[in-house]
Amino acid sequence: MTEKPLLSLHRITRVYGQGESEVRALDGVDLDIYPGEFIAVMGPSGSGKSTAMNVLGCLDRPTSGEYFFQGVEVGSISNTARAMLRRNYLGFVFQGYNLLARTTALENVELPLVYRGTARRERQEKAARALAVVGLEGRGHHTPAELSGGQQQRVAIARAIATDPTILLADEPTGNLDSARSHDIMRLLKSLNQDRGLTILMVTHEPDMAHYATRQIHFADGRVVAPKAEAA
Amino acid sequence: MLWDSVKLALRTIRRNVLRSSLTLLGIVIGVASVIALVTLGQGTTNKVTADLARLGSNMLIARPGTPTPGPPSGQDSRSFTARDVESLRSGLRNIKGVAPSANKQGVAVNGTASIDTTVTGTEPDYFNVQDWGFSAGGPFSESDTRAGAASCVIGETVRHDLFGNAPAVDASIRVANVSCTVVGVLAARGQSAFGTDQDSTIVMPLRTFQRRIAGSTRISTISVSTQQAADLPTVQAVMEDILRETRHIRQGEEDDFTVRDMTQLAATLTSTSTVMTGLLGAVAAVSLLVGGIGIMNIMLVSVAERTREIGIRLAIGALASQVLAQFLVEAVVLCLLGGIIGILLGLGIAATGAVLLDIPLAVQPTVIALAFAFSGAIGLLFGFFPARRAANLDPIEALRHE
Ligand SMILES: Nc1ncnc2c1ncn2[C@@H]1O[C@H](COP(=O)(O)OP(=O)(O)OP(=O)(O)O)[C@@H](O)[C@H]1O
Ligand SMILES: [Mg+2]
Repeated sequence: MTEKPLLSLHRITRVYGQGESEVRALDGVDLDIYPGEFIAVMGPSGSGKSTAMNVLGCLDRPTSGEYFFQGVEVGSISNTARAMLRRNYLGFVFQGYNLLARTTALENVELPLVYRGTARRERQEKAARALAVVGLEGRGHHTPAELSGGQQQRVAIARAIATDPTILLADEPTGNLDSARSHDIMRLLKSLNQDRGLTILMVTHEPDMAHYATRQIHFADGRVVAPKAEAA
Repeated sequence: MLWDSVKLALRTIRRNVLRSSLTLLGIVIGVASVIALVTLGQGTTNKVTADLARLGSNMLIARPGTPTPGPPSGQDSRSFTARDVESLRSGLRNIKGVAPSANKQGVAVNGTASIDTTVTGTEPDYFNVQDWGFSAGGPFSESDTRAGAASCVIGETVRHDLFGNAPAVDASIRVANVSCTVVGVLAARGQSAFGTDQDSTIVMPLRTFQRRIAGSTRISTISVSTQQAADLPTVQAVMEDILRETRHIRQGEEDDFTVRDMTQLAATLTSTSTVMTGLLGAVAAVSLLVGGIGIMNIMLVSVAERTREIGIRLAIGALASQVLAQFLVEAVVLCLLGGIIGILLGLGIAATGAVLLDIPLAVQPTVIALAFAFSGAIGLLFGFFPARRAANLDPIEALRHE
């Protein structure tokens, strides 16, 4: 690819603890992610996938190394600058949905727009549109407790895309769902990737789900290993 | 954004109605007591001021006894004499009159009706000095006074109790076993600043009183009233000089009498109520402090409970400052709610108290506005620490929290 990478990690390490109890969750990660990619991140438990997602999502800071976001070093910028980055460029989907309880689907989807200071009318329209994209039109007034797991994850995806992010980060988005529901979610992500050109980075344990991705990355012991080896 | 925060805060508060109300109790009690106390205090001051105005204005009152504070030494002190009165009469300028008086409790009887009342012996000037008019008849005359005639003037309460609807003027009553003729009925005045009924009184010529009721020539009070309020200080000073001279008090010796300005008395009464208000205000401040700590506690609990929610908000684009604002707004809204409840409760208590104490309900919008603003300020002050804790949470830690 001749294009410039959207995200780029250079010799990133993330070390937890000190001395005896030191854990090198990331141990020198080099990774380039290009616009329009749909990447499946795989690897054994404890290999550092979530840690890498947190660093990429600007939720966590690397211990050392450089993280370029559209060519700008963001590994060591201020908390506020990182929050602005999350707000303007990133969307998150979590394994446990992480919707606000006792808050309607529509309000959940509106929330990131509230923080961006979008006017009420516009924000409600955008939220409704995002819910329609994930196939939940008409369900806006249900609270998470009134929705199935698959539906909740759709609301979470709607929330993540309501702000038109540059990249969607999903850590085991189908981890809590059965196979059929998982495939639904994957088809949704794939269509977002193909129709909207949304760059997606997704952690998954299931090769079935990884097949939806355009590229697979494998983690082991805090490093990216033999990219294409297991993909076949 | 602010409105969203307010809505969110109200929703959170509604979700925990019981907890929120218990938390608010401190603020409610604090604000309610401030409002009730200040309103009642102001009502009392208004009443005292009004009463003092009714007591007669521009009045100076001389009484035996040293001016230094301490136990009243009335009995031991030399009472005034006719000579003191004469010297004042001839020496004072710009006055309406000089009225010596003495009084004693006594029973007045008309037929089967009787009343225990204050009997005052004085001179006709008394009515000028007191600025006290008549509803029937008039004052006894100078000649009555000189002759020690058995005539008297009665207050409205005495008239009511002894005569009911019958005419009082020219009737004969017995006052402390002395028979006398009613020549006038005083206009009703109501209660004094000290809560006594000013209309329960019988006034008769000083000489008559001294000879037939008191059995002594003691004069216990000399009242003087000036033409204008501005004359009060000068007249008071001259009065003191004259009395020192007639009573042979040497230079450097302490006065054995006191001259009081009734407006000074008003100031004294008002200042004691200021002290009271201050003390009660301190009590209220303590309860507001306790209330504030309660708010801080509940906000800390709320932050701990909602750690995950905070993590989600931070992950999807909330700035730390927005999370801070959200929790601050919540604390302020909570406190303002407490303030409103407290203000309403306080006004209710004040209204009830005003009826029970028979004082006017002096609602003070500034105090209410201050109390409202103050409860908001408590929210800001005590909500800040928990809000900052929420804002400083690490998003990953918060998201992992369960
Ligand atoms: N906050 C932390 N403190 C200490 N060690 C941590 C912390 N977070 C993660 N680790 C450690 O870092 C390593 C990588 O963790 P990470 O969560 O990235 O793994 P993962 O690949 O996402 O695993 P899984 O597939 O089970 O989710 C693990 O050994 C883990 O114990
Ligand atoms: Mg993980």
